[in-house]
Amino acid sequence: MEKFDCIVVGAGPSGNAAAYTLAKAGLSVLQIERGEYPGSKNVQGAILYSDALERIIPEFRDEAPLERHIIEQRMWVLDDDSYIGTHYRSDAFNQKPYNRYTILRAQFDKWFSEKVAQQGVLVICETTVTDLIMDGKRVVGVRTDREQGEVFADIVILADGVNSLLAKKAGFHPELNPGDVALAVKEILFLPQESVESRFNVNEGEGVVIEMIGKITQGMMGTGFLYTNQESITIGVGCMLSDFKKERIPPYLLLERMKNHPAIKPLIQGGEMKEYTAHLIPEGGLRAMPQICGDGWMIVGDSGMFVNAVHREGSNLAMTTGRLAAETVIDLKRAGKDFTSANLASYRSRLDDSFVMKDLAKYRDMPGVFHANPQFFTTYPELLNNAARTMLTVDGGDKKSKEREILRSFTRSRTLPGLLSDAYKMWRALR
Amino acid sequence: MNVNVEEKLFQNRYKVDHGRPHISIVDPSVCASECRTQQCTRVCPASCYKAEGNGNVSLITDGCLECGSCRIICDDFRNVEWEYPRGGYGILFKFG
Ligand SMILES: Cc1cc2nc3c(=O)[nH]c(=O)nc-3n(C[C@H](O)[C@H](O)[C@H](O)COP(=O)(O)OP(=O)(O)OC[C@H]3O[C@@H](n4cnc5c(N)ncnc54)[C@H](O)[C@@H]3O)c2cc1C
Ligand code: SF4
Ligand code: SF4
Repeated sequence: MEKFDCIVVGAGPSGNAAAYTLAKAGLSVLQIERGEYPGSKNVQGAILYSDALERIIPEFRDEAPLERHIIEQRMWVLDDDSYIGTHYRSDAFNQKPYNRYTILRAQFDKWFSEKVAQQGVLVICETTVTDLIMDGKRVVGVRTDREQGEVFADIVILADGVNSLLAKKAGFHPELNPGDVALAVKEILFLPQESVESRFNVNEGEGVVIEMIGKITQGMMGTGFLYTNQESITIGVGCMLSDFKKERIPPYLLLERMKNHPAIKPLIQGGEMKEYTAHLIPEGGLRAMPQICGDGWMIVGDSGMFVNAVHREGSNLAMTTGRLAAETVIDLKRAGKDFTSANLASYRSRLDDSFVMKDLAKYRDMPGVFHANPQFFTTYPELLNNAARTMLTVDGGDKKSKEREILRSFTRSRTLPGLLSDAYKMWRALR
Repeated sequence: MNVNVEEKLFQNRYKVDHGRPHISIVDPSVCASECRTQQCTRVCPASCYKAEGNGNVSLITDGCLECGSCRIICDDFRNVEWEYPRGGYGILFKFG
């Protein structure tokens, strides 16, 4: 019977961060991944935030497959055939070391996994973990779909992503609520490097991201995004599953309409579609967070709802939770302590001290506010776009009357108390 | 607007585990006679679930993107049995 100090299930950013940190401290680690290679099951926008990775692999910039560093962020509010938005570009984002990059997850995860293996982790791919092995209430190992596929460890770290089937089967938490997860679909469109650079007005290695809300989600709570890669553009849209269920709009239809929006179409024109993907994002926030550790087990990354949906951050929370879980294990092991639920509680306090819990606590009301107030995704985008059109159309009307007209259009669609209460709700949720 | 999702899926790489679908409908008669909304037939991003003319729902998992949506949105009847494919099988993203 083979036994390890630790088994890590999953080789996404959370599992890789955990396995790397554990092995570097000298622990024996087995990591199991169901994909043919790490990354082959994984989907992201994808923006990589440097800080979380830098704390694990400081020299990552010299080796990791990075696409473009981001120098400009655009935020668009879309109506059916128009958009209003802000663009922020700064040369500060062009100073090394760069703060964030676009990546392609399948390639990035493969690279990260090679680093993990170099630390001495035994990485086994093409193997699905089917169950946790329990001894009473304690997790003592995992069962896989391989012959004689039972392996044992002092602690099992569940880095198995948003669906979190293993903890669910073990009864650690119930099925996900459709109101706590978003479904995103996206495509990657290939274009010559020069086209990407001229269309977005950037030099080699520089990139632009566009985040979008508004009519593209047809009243559902969600966002769209467009990211520039080296020789391709990633375009996608995601909405809450509860809204998809209610509205019955096929996600690929949403994406196709978005690609045909007059503000977007010219940017992606001629792009050759080479992959179509779909993935869930856990967006329930702090209120939807499951139990994150117990006797012999811990949860990291998406399977623990560690995503900051407001800021589109997930991979950095995944890597940070993976690292902090590993550090908890290392400290307990050095102190000769057992991996009991009580001892593992220090994982929770490490999280509390980090940006992870602080940010999730800050935005804990956000999902609820958006669920209860769909006007943020329909009425306001329309009003804002109309306001801009009214002000910018030179038609002989005076500006004062135009302002009055805009104000009237706002109060017509939404009463003044309604407007004020929306502003208050946003302020409360973002505070 | 009409979108041919099969054309999109055609760009993807799969290693299909023939004869061993990883998702199944527990009780087809629930789909046919109790579930009026049949949301899986609209929400599945790979259009694996199809509403047949006679009220039945069919499921072919070959193009599945393994997202998990169908399992989660079937919350009125919990009529979807959902596992990951065997190790190494299923969708194989090149870019992700
Ligand atoms: C469309 C989209 C856009 C996003 N954009 C961003 C972004 O721009 N920036 C950002 O920071 N985050 C973004 N995120 C979120 C980010 O992708 C996730 O937060 C992150 O991938 C979570 O990492 P993880 O390691 O917890 O889970 P995952 O990356 O999902 O990894 C889980 C791993 O476990 C494996 N696995 C699962 N079950 C088993 C099993 N039973 N046996 C063996 N192996 C198993 C899987 O194959 C997978 O490799 C985005 C997500 C999506 C879907
Ligand atoms: S949602 Fe569930 S019960 Fe309804 S048709 Fe789909 S699988 Fe059947
Ligand atoms: S897991 Fe996703 S892609 Fe696969 S059948 Fe279910 S909804 Fe469709």
